Amino acid sequence: METSQKANLLQRLVDLLPYRRPFLFVDRLLEIDEESIQGEYTFRADEDFYRGHFPENPVTPGVILIECMAQIGLVAFGIFLSGVYRSGFLDAFAFTSTNVDFLKMVRPGERVTVSAEKVYWRFGKLKVRCTMTNQQGETVCKGNMSGMVIKSQA
Amino acid sequence: MDQNALIEKLKEVIKPYLEDETLLEKVDGDTHLIDDLHINSANLVDIILDAEDAFDIEIDDESAERMITVKEALAVISEKIEA
Repeated sequence: METSQKANLLQRLVDLLPYRRPFLFVDRLLEIDEESIQGEYTFRADEDFYRGHFPENPVTPGVILIECMAQIGLVAFGIFLSGVYRSGFLDAFAFTSTNVDFLKMVRPGERVTVSAEKVYWRFGKLKVRCTMTNQQGETVCKGNMSGMVIKSQA
Repeated sequence: MDQNALIEKLKEVIKPYLEDETLLEKVDGDTHLIDDLHINSANLVDIILDAEDAFDIEIDDESAERMITVKEALAVISEKIEA
């Protein structure tokens, strides 16, 4: 794929994500092919959840880290693998299971990179091995996650 | 493989996905894989992938969609074994 073509594809996949602020946790996608995807997100200092998690000690909630990994590793990747990015018509994509270990905290303003490798993509189900790293290249969290395309009724 | 051997082997494939293994005792041809076994469609995909390994077959998308009850699952598995 040509560089400009690839850049267009990556931007198109971000545009097709069904999420919007304040629940969009993808700034851009860096790489994609049939086997893997990579994307990044910078947690804004003013994300609403920092007000309560925790007062005086803002830390990104683990569930939000999982959400960020799922938006890149499952949903963006699933939109690509299913080919729906060509038609622009998006079926719902349901998160079906995950098993993630957390190693490092993510503070406001930190940029994280998510890499997901396909374990399998069959019968509308995508299973990936996913890793999130921080700007120092340290692993923040990693694990397996799965999701499934839910076909809309015709 | 006769039908009984097939169903027993299929039950072994299904077993790890059940929260309540006693459900297996009631399994017959009419058992609905999702509704009666209380699993979701994502686990059903894993059961189909495990069945491919257990029976050494390959199941295509169209056949997988037919695997709704035990009877239909066994029919697909038999077809693929013979193919």
